[in-house]
Amino acid sequence: MTPEELEKIAAKEEQARAHIPHTIDVCLGTTCMALQSDKLKTALEQEATRHPVGSKCQVRGVGCPGLCALGPLVTVKPEGDLYKQVKPEDAHDIVNSLGAEPVARLKCDTEQPFFKRQHKIVLENSGSIDPERLEDYIAAGGYTALLKCVTEMTPAEVIDEVVRSGLRGRGGAGFPAGLKWRTVAKAAGPRKFVVCNGDEGDPGAFMDRSVMESDPHRVLEGMAIAAYAVGASEGYLYVRAEYPLAVKRLKQAINQARAHGLLGANIGGTAFTFRVEVRLGAGAFVCGEETALMASIEGKRGNPRPRPPFPAESGLWQLPTLINNVETYANIPTILRQGADWFAGIGTSKSKGTKVFALTGRVHNTGLIEVPMGITLREIIFDIGGGIPDGRVFKAVQTGGPSGGCIPEEYLDMAVDYESLASVGSIMGSGGMIVIDDTSSMVDVAKYFIEFCKSESCGKCVPCRVGTAQMHTLLELIASGEGTRHDLERLEALCDMVKSTSLCGLGQNAPNPVISTLRYFRDEYESRLAG
Amino acid sequence: MTTPSQVLTLKIDGQDVTGRADETILQVARENGIHIPTLCFLDSLSPLGACRLCLVEIKGSPRLFAACVTYIAEGMEVLTKSDRLNKYRRMIVELLFAERNHICSICVANGHCDLQDLAREMGVTYVDFPYRYPRLGVDASHERFGLDHNRCVLCMRCVRVCGEVEGAHTWDVAGRGIEAHVSADLDFPWGDSDTCTSCGKCVQVCPTGALFKKGVAAAEMVKHRSFLVRLTAMREEAE
Amino acid sequence: MTKLKLATVWLDGCSGCHMSFLDIDERLLELVEKVDIVYSPLVDFKAFPDAVDITLVEGAVSNQDDLEKIKKVRAHTRLLVALGDCAVTANVPSMRNPFGVDQVVKRAYEENVTLQPQLPTQAVPPLLKRVRPVHDIVTVDVHLPGCPPSADAIFAALVALVEGRTPDVAALTRFGA
Repeated sequence: MTPEELEKIAAKEEQARAHIPHTIDVCLGTTCMALQSDKLKTALEQEATRHPVGSKCQVRGVGCPGLCALGPLVTVKPEGDLYKQVKPEDAHDIVNSLGAEPVARLKCDTEQPFFKRQHKIVLENSGSIDPERLEDYIAAGGYTALLKCVTEMTPAEVIDEVVRSGLRGRGGAGFPAGLKWRTVAKAAGPRKFVVCNGDEGDPGAFMDRSVMESDPHRVLEGMAIAAYAVGASEGYLYVRAEYPLAVKRLKQAINQARAHGLLGANIGGTAFTFRVEVRLGAGAFVCGEETALMASIEGKRGNPRPRPPFPAESGLWQLPTLINNVETYANIPTILRQGADWFAGIGTSKSKGTKVFALTGRVHNTGLIEVPMGITLREIIFDIGGGIPDGRVFKAVQTGGPSGGCIPEEYLDMAVDYESLASVGSIMGSGGMIVIDDTSSMVDVAKYFIEFCKSESCGKCVPCRVGTAQMHTLLELIASGEGTRHDLERLEALCDMVKSTSLCGLGQNAPNPVISTLRYFRDEYESRLAG
Repeated sequence: MTTPSQVLTLKIDGQDVTGRADETILQVARENGIHIPTLCFLDSLSPLGACRLCLVEIKGSPRLFAACVTYIAEGMEVLTKSDRLNKYRRMIVELLFAERNHICSICVANGHCDLQDLAREMGVTYVDFPYRYPRLGVDASHERFGLDHNRCVLCMRCVRVCGEVEGAHTWDVAGRGIEAHVSADLDFPWGDSDTCTSCGKCVQVCPTGALFKKGVAAAEMVKHRSFLVRLTAMREEAE
Repeated sequence: MTKLKLATVWLDGCSGCHMSFLDIDERLLELVEKVDIVYSPLVDFKAFPDAVDITLVEGAVSNQDDLEKIKKVRAHTRLLVALGDCAVTANVPSMRNPFGVDQVVKRAYEENVTLQPQLPTQAVPPLLKRVRPVHDIVTVDVHLPGCPPSADAIFAALVALVEGRTPDVAALTRFGA
């Protein structure tokens, strides 16, 4: 497919849409699907065939608009009304309201900070396009960046653009993406791989899942651009099997893109070839660690191995491999389309662009949000999130999942970026954000995360295998009121040792929830000690 | 650009030493009579970097590096002993003792055990963590050998010698984290294994009394490992 | 010079450590020039004295009696020595731990008994849920592992303690020695 052909598809799609005065977009993301939005969609379709006004409307399934707390969500266009908690019984009223007054009882305020304070790049199409149709993505400007890259830019220029954008890895550690790309591009050898890490496993995190479900082509386009830039022609999308909807939509998207010459051989009529396959993870958290992930793709037990060598040099089957996270790739098409300067203009001096967070826990508006780097935690939790429900009091916010930490009230006005979160003992991580109120004990929070790491440790290295198990035992002792001061000292010694000596990131970061709760909520531990 | 055969100079514990670019810190340290404790490492098997006992400090980095898998570099300054390293190594040994049921006094390998030796070397005279006391079995289904899971430290020496030297790949690890355990074939009783050649290499490389010859009593299981280096050397010659 | 007061205590162990202590043989005479043995299963005092300088504890803490005894001993001892693997690691007595008390008691008093199988209700102190090493209950000053520690190790450690030094235990003995 050439850029001109792409434009034609987009134009045709626009034209087709011009004939439809009304569209009803139903969220078919996992959260809304769990609330039976698929049945709702069927009801809306039936209703549309029954009513004269309905003949002028199209019912579409779209990805996630973000406000999961109020699902199932329905958007009516061109009016732009958002309806919340819609049931199949509401289908009649919604269809009848088209071109007339909106259904007041279902209306969700789109002027509220939850929507107004967000800045969507990665999620720009989420909730507004049908993830199962390639044409929808193309009409939204999809694949123009890929074709521009392969037809107008050299790989080095593409990499320069990514470097200049300042994009950092969204999987957690925040390594500069462009630098990683350049390393892989420089690695010798005719055969290289591009891998997408879609093994999102943090409890309470669903950023990548939502992107893959709501806008799968965006991920593929990002991967293809990366492949072109580093000189790879094969790619793997590693997705956990617990995300069946993401897997289905990705596979569908791969087939569509291949059929249209946007993946496969001679992309854009050039010599560039990129084939991508989906590989399923069996649900081991450790397989989100890049070396374990690659072992799993190779068909081996998903154990991490010491680095160096880094994947950029020796990855899949010992060949140079670029591995980035879903959200990282999802940023790429927009960066190439809008330019590195535009992207670098968003965010803070060291952390550019936006970050997607899965906002959960004790907060009104749970859901998926995308905010510019540098926003404060208070804005996220109290403006976008709408504050703490049931008149309770904010206590801490947990970021970064089991590898992250708990941040207390005193840091709520801190601007969120990689460095600031690290400076208060947490991490950006992949974007899990769990709000904790005064009904929770921080000892229990720490115990929960250690239990998670204990059961998700692969068991290869001693500090992580036995250390996390012992930390869990000691935390249980302390939580039960039987722990002594000596047990607390041993726990702290273990935190230091497991962090310093574990083989991979899982173990090295596993103590973080304990360390951060000890740092800010030590009295809660002390008050539970026996004697 | 360094080539594998290039000779590099570095400092280990303040001592000036030289090594080839394709040598690890552990290799160079050993060549120079500098002792670094190890457990999962065994000459002639692929290094694993799993026990974390050989962690060393490298000047200029806050991180610790496993000497068995870290290659030397020009001008590198390595510290193999420090209060911090000693503290961690001690804890690793303590964690291993607390993990399973290592009752030394009645062990076949008592007095011939790498874990016991490490405890002595680290000055571990007691274990300051709660013992876990898991309920684990003994696989006595093999005609000549036994596997006592109570004494396994998951060093994977058996897995590696079986796969890399014997070529049978009978052993692997099943389960995850604290539940991980070595398993024959697809977690079958050892005696039912179709792949095991009964060569006994795993028994000899096992650092503890986890793998043993049947018929030996407490303290009688002496392990012989010299075959491994010899065998590898002869194979290399033949190639 | 006043002699130091030495006590030895026997919890859940086989008494092998006490045998090894006796194997100090003629050096016992050297020892008693410096210490008075004020309490021990080997001597005739019935009550644990108030202020003991050094107490050697053999055996793990397995039952209610052991638990009370070791707490009392600790309260009246300046330097507490865990003598041997049972005191240091809980050793062989701890082998019941993976199975749980009920199963172990049933096995001992019912399944393996042909004449009047029954669970004891008196004279036998109640077993703790888990057999524990001494340091799990009270602070231990010196751990002297070994099953049993050799007479030489015990003697060397005692001499060091009497002379006010910390014995280099790792050089003297090890687990299972």
